[in-house]
Amino acid sequence: MGNFFTDNERLKFHLHNDMMKEIIRLKERDYADKDKYDFAPESYEDAIDSYEKVLEIVGEITADVLAENAKDVDIEGPKIEDNAIVYAKGTQRNHEALRDAGLYGMSLPRQYGGLNFSYVPYVMAAEIVSRGDCGFANIWGLQDCAETIYEFGSEEIKNEYLPRINKGATCSMDLTEPDAGSDLQAVRLKATYDEQAGVWRLNGVKRFITNGDADIKLVLARSEEGTTDGRGLSYFVYDRNNKAVTVRRIENKLGIKGSPTAELVFNNAPAQIVGDRKLGLIKYVMSLMNGARLGVGAQSVGLAEAAYREAVKYANEREQFGKPIANFAQVYEMLGNMRAKTDAIRTLLYETARQVDMYKSLDAISRERKLSVEEKQLLKSYSRLADALTPMLKLFSSEYANQIAYDCIQVHGGSGFMKDYACERMYRDARILTIYEGTSQLQVVAAIKGVTSGIYAARIKEYEAVEVSGELASMRQELIKMRERYEAAVEKAKELGTSSEAFDFVSRRLVEMAGYLVMTNLLVNDAARNDIFTRSARIMTKLSQSEIEKAAVYIDNFDANILEDYKSIL
Amino acid sequence: MSLKIVVLAKQVPDTRNVGKDAMTEEGTVNRAALPAIFNPEDLNALEMALHIKDIVPQTEVYVLTMGPARAGEIVRQSLYRGADGGYVISDRKVAGSDTLATSYTISQGVKKLGKVDLVLAGRQAIDGDTAQVGPQTAEKLNMPQITYAEQVLFVDNEKIRIKRRLERGVEEVECQFPCMITVGSSAPECRFPIAKQVMKYKNAINKAEAEEKGIDCEKLFAAKPYLEIGLWSAADVEAEDNRIGLSGSPTKVKKIENVVLTVKESVNVEPTDENLDALVKDLIASHIIG
Repeated sequence: MGNFFTDNERLKFHLHNDMMKEIIRLKERDYADKDKYDFAPESYEDAIDSYEKVLEIVGEITADVLAENAKDVDIEGPKIEDNAIVYAKGTQRNHEALRDAGLYGMSLPRQYGGLNFSYVPYVMAAEIVSRGDCGFANIWGLQDCAETIYEFGSEEIKNEYLPRINKGATCSMDLTEPDAGSDLQAVRLKATYDEQAGVWRLNGVKRFITNGDADIKLVLARSEEGTTDGRGLSYFVYDRNNKAVTVRRIENKLGIKGSPTAELVFNNAPAQIVGDRKLGLIKYVMSLMNGARLGVGAQSVGLAEAAYREAVKYANEREQFGKPIANFAQVYEMLGNMRAKTDAIRTLLYETARQVDMYKSLDAISRERKLSVEEKQLLKSYSRLADALTPMLKLFSSEYANQIAYDCIQVHGGSGFMKDYACERMYRDARILTIYEGTSQLQVVAAIKGVTSGIYAARIKEYEAVEVSGELASMRQELIKMRERYEAAVEKAKELGTSSEAFDFVSRRLVEMAGYLVMTNLLVNDAARNDIFTRSARIMTKLSQSEIEKAAVYIDNFDANILEDYKSIL
Repeated sequence: MSLKIVVLAKQVPDTRNVGKDAMTEEGTVNRAALPAIFNPEDLNALEMALHIKDIVPQTEVYVLTMGPARAGEIVRQSLYRGADGGYVISDRKVAGSDTLATSYTISQGVKKLGKVDLVLAGRQAIDGDTAQVGPQTAEKLNMPQITYAEQVLFVDNEKIRIKRRLERGVEEVECQFPCMITVGSSAPECRFPIAKQVMKYKNAINKAEAEEKGIDCEKLFAAKPYLEIGLWSAADVEAEDNRIGLSGSPTKVKKIENVVLTVKESVNVEPTDENLDALVKDLIASHIIG
């Protein structure tokens, strides 16, 4: 009888951010649907109220169904029967509960059966779902694919596929192949146009496909014969009803065991092209990937919240030396850091979601009418900011989720190493977060542009401009000094030449310095609006200080010759 | 091809989470300290109704409740899950009703709804635990009744077959409509609220609630008639004054006693098969289990 939305006041805080008024107005096109659909909002207050009420349903189902099933799902896992993937029983029940409550297609427009929610509440739902079952969050979260169909598909494709999402059709995005992982330009799955049937035919193998036997598949394939790079790839949609894909195997994974990961063989599978030829990787997958990374951010925050709560509960119950272990400095330091880090990645998550919201809405509007000059400018700046914050979010949230899951086991001591407690599952589930949808290393590659272009520094200065008082002002002063230290380190690193291997070598340190500044400044500003964040802001200020100093010292004393040692030591 | 179903539901204090403030000094339920919830077995009954609606096309499900104006929440919760409408019988005159007066008032409400094929209700409410209102209502409506229902085995336009959960087994019974069914907690749990229904009906309200909250409901109902939750007085359901409320209730509470359970003795049982067998038999014999 729990509720993972109402038991977490931090969620409500982020839902009520000042920017939401504009975000919802744009998403709702000035509430144009209010007379067309009986469930459409007629005002900002109405929309926010609906968001809360729907998130309450998500919170209830997650606590009562998903979290309850998580252990069994982890043990049972999916299996292959008659060439089809059968979910674990708990997974099936999770899916049905969320489907019956109408919680698929949350961000899709109403005309396609969706709820037309903006990104912030949708991402919040993803966070809540992930807190209940990190693996199931993939199956639910792949409704993201609908977003890509909506953005880039033809009217015909949209009308064919989108209304099925809200009714519970599941999705997958089929990108990875045995020889094309991080380097998707190497995708080989072949797409040939069948003149007679008037459809494309897909032939080849895909590997590590999450929810591989989904009803609706988005497939990256090589449509241009003779090409070898990303410009020869297009994007296709495939309907499972065609029965032309064989599930060759399900991977036996370390974690997120409820989410089936499959190897697939496409046998002359009929498919329709999504958008334009040759733009598959360079435009559509990049867009989908940003959404997926935001999704992993939500997944990471949800898992971090779950692990933190498990740890606190145990530390208060477990007594040693005559008192609960939560009373020992070394234990409460871990717990406090877990709380502060969770607050830090959560504020970054919603900050990113807000930018995505703004640019996605403006982008959708640009397909309906011509944007004004001012709107075009806004679209550009929000999209730049979203592109910069997304890899930073993916990097920090997934790494922190792992640290928090690690510490959660540490707090449990020997019991945490046993299968009796949820923390060992969370630890295993967390491990994939720094890997899929782009490894942490690839997030650094994507984020470093924000360092060299000065986008991060400029944004940090905007946060600094928010007036805060008292103790928060002194935290701000420390953060300003740290930002100066960061900028100096960037200048120093630039001397290596931004396209040099040496710069590449130190780039993670630079991205992390920026990340600490972004998260901690956001937390200070959150604390100015709600005191529940003050402690986290203080803890993160101190953590940031030592981490930034550490990275700065490394860069100050950096000598590029050390790269040779790293290479020759192997 | 359609059925008209009425679900009887009650708003009750949540006695499952009883704290130290649950009772007043006079020994009555302290309603202020306990949150008002949808009586759990009435939710099972609602689920059964919605399940039948899923099977028999064009079936309509209405919820009928009796209580203060705020019992409109019961109707809203039902609309969120897929009910078609609902009514609250609210009248000072019905205050203090025992099960006889309540079932009379409720049966009058059902009659006002016209031709009804099926009346569903939870087995009992968690505040009184009498399990009398359902069966008494069936008598007053002159309907055959099936109690302790657990599962719908078959349903069409004419009849329904039900699995009953009894103390020592199960029983399958079939009945022509119209009839009345009371549903126990072993029946499927109620479905969750549906996102679009919640957004559509979240402002549904009855006139008395609107008045309490200072909302101009005339304007609201004119624009969106589906937001009106029916509100009936005793007169609206043509209930006779001498059969409702305190005057219509032969049950009089003589005395309420606070019983505090204390440990009087303890028994140590060695964990052998014979001892466990004897212990279980003892517990059954003294009606502690079984």
